[in-house]
Amino acid sequence: MDDAGTIIAFYVLAGMTIGSALGVVVVRNLIHAVIALIGTFAGLAGLFVTLSADFIAITQILIYIGAISILFLFAIVLTPQSGRNNQETFLRFPALALSGLVLAVLVYVAVDTKWNVTEQDGFAETAGTIGELLLDKYVLPFEIASVLLLVAVLGSIVLVRPEPAEED
Amino acid sequence: MSVDLEHYLIVGAILFSIGLYLTVAKRNFVGVLMGIEMMFNAVNLTFIAFSRFAESDQPLAGHVFVVFVITVAAAEAATALALAVMVYRTRDTVNVDEIDLLKW
Amino acid sequence: MFLLKGEWYDLRDLGNTVGGLLDDLRDIGAPDWTIYVTSSLIGAVGILLWTVLSCLAFIWIERRVVALMQNRKGPNRVGPAGLLQPVADALKLLLKEAVTPRSADRVIFWAGPVLIFIPALVVFAVIPFAPKMTLADLNVGVLFLIAIAGINTPAVFLAGWASNNKYSMLGAMRTIAMLISYEIVQVLALLGPVLFVSSMRMGDVVAWQDHFNTWIFFIQPVGLLAFIIAGAVETNRSPMDISEAESEIVAGYHTEYGGIKFGFFYQAEYLAGFAIAASIVTLYMGGYTLWGLEDYVPAWLIFLGKLYTVFFVYIWTRGTLPRLRIDQLMAFAWKFLLPLMLINALVVGAEVLIWRENDIDATPALLAIGAVNLVFGAILVAGWARFLGHGTGKQRGQRAILTQEVGAVHFTPEPAP
Repeated sequence: MDDAGTIIAFYVLAGMTIGSALGVVVVRNLIHAVIALIGTFAGLAGLFVTLSADFIAITQILIYIGAISILFLFAIVLTPQSGRNNQETFLRFPALALSGLVLAVLVYVAVDTKWNVTEQDGFAETAGTIGELLLDKYVLPFEIASVLLLVAVLGSIVLVRPEPAEED
Repeated sequence: MSVDLEHYLIVGAILFSIGLYLTVAKRNFVGVLMGIEMMFNAVNLTFIAFSRFAESDQPLAGHVFVVFVITVAAAEAATALALAVMVYRTRDTVNVDEIDLLKW
Repeated sequence: MFLLKGEWYDLRDLGNTVGGLLDDLRDIGAPDWTIYVTSSLIGAVGILLWTVLSCLAFIWIERRVVALMQNRKGPNRVGPAGLLQPVADALKLLLKEAVTPRSADRVIFWAGPVLIFIPALVVFAVIPFAPKMTLADLNVGVLFLIAIAGINTPAVFLAGWASNNKYSMLGAMRTIAMLISYEIVQVLALLGPVLFVSSMRMGDVVAWQDHFNTWIFFIQPVGLLAFIIAGAVETNRSPMDISEAESEIVAGYHTEYGGIKFGFFYQAEYLAGFAIAASIVTLYMGGYTLWGLEDYVPAWLIFLGKLYTVFFVYIWTRGTLPRLRIDQLMAFAWKFLLPLMLINALVVGAEVLIWRENDIDATPALLAIGAVNLVFGAILVAGWARFLGHGTGKQRGQRAILTQEVGAVHFTPEPAP
């Protein structure tokens, strides 16, 4: 992956993604933080495209930006009295140390290991093969995932349903 | 000057650690959930990067795994946000410092 | 005629002209990325110019056509026969003061119209205008349409939120509820063509329809109907413009937007309407092919003709049907269209399986599939509607309850026929 276009695209998209992620940490308004999160999702979709994972990139846009962001925004709207100023708890410095430590370990492992890199040049067509795999080799996780989604939908509805009024 | 597996892994690691910081250190429950979603996304990026670069006999298995991770993340976000709304209804706050009693 | 094929002056496919230009660039020795950037820039600028010009033209056409249907004249003062009305509209929107409310969130308020305009424009990237005139023929083109239309949802929410106005927020929430319900219906309706073509690429869908000499319209009537309805909802057109009509909730999420910001919303609605019409033409009506006519007439002209015809059907429904209420819309999506589309997906899957497994000839198979789908779809639509309680006549002839109670002239409800 060494042509100029891919390199420029990678650095621009990685900068956008990490910048938006830092924005989620730093901005002082929770709605702006969700917008920065949407920016992260969009940057990640672009990175998936540079990795020639077109189906996953479109799925990322469809589900994360199209649906999960709306969930976050609705949850913020439905909790009005809470602190919308995106502050940190008293654990901010231990958290900073912890995440710094995790980052250092992961970066060291990523850079130091000799990965078994293949020579292929990107996938020709992912959607069809993913479909075949989902129904052929991974059909059991597929069915379990659909049951999980059903349970999540039912659970969420039951959780937030208003108490049925008692009628005498 | 080419873009290799390590570059993507480093981006994934940075996103994961930022997500970890958000999860531990944010005061609003929705902020914590944003950190969890960011960690899921970092993991997705790592999977896709390995699927593209690593030698294997079924490289698209990484993509299938990412489909499942996205599914589980969506289900988990829905349930967790429903929980947030319910906690707000009973406690009138979603400040994680104040939701520390298991009873009433 | 056929000797012209592929040369740069072969205007039957403007991709030939662009291809000639790119070949010249390559001969001079420009690097690869220059050629790529040039071709995408030409495509993007072309799409932008065409959409803006079409939008201007259709402002006049829509108002005149709706006026004709309502037995009045439309705009006829501004130029000869009102032809300068779009110019007048554009000038008005540009020159009006775009007021930003003092307590509105400035950045998001500014970004709202931009975020709604972008998806409506980006969708045109995957539409094949002619055999070589697709800006980006993605392998997942059909899914791209849905995903980019899904970006409208947070954009509408942010536009409503940034106005810092209770009614804008309520309007935005109603719009989002509508959008996500009909997004599901849209995806399931798109399963029909994708199952037949077994590819998600828009170019492949058009090639399939060309190869089998049929339009997917004839073998998927119920799917097309559902996609037309879902498309009308996704672009907030009548009869589902509950989110932006002036008499409903004070024009919903774009109450506070004035001037050119409202102009962006207005233009984005037209663009989204064109995008939905373009997807319908490509996926269900054969795209740029017309049973061989595309060898003589430029393919993009055929495509534009079909697109404007489908858009005319949308203008026609706007002039004819009254507005639906939000609860009627939601009930229609979840209780009627969603089960219908699920059963449609099942039936199409079974048909395609039987066709492929038994290796039947194309023409009798397609005729059989078309007939079965039409009959089954008609029975399903009528039966399910009857099951849900529509069309039985019990709801007709009811007088207002209040008039009865308050003591006006006492009407008896007409007996059900």
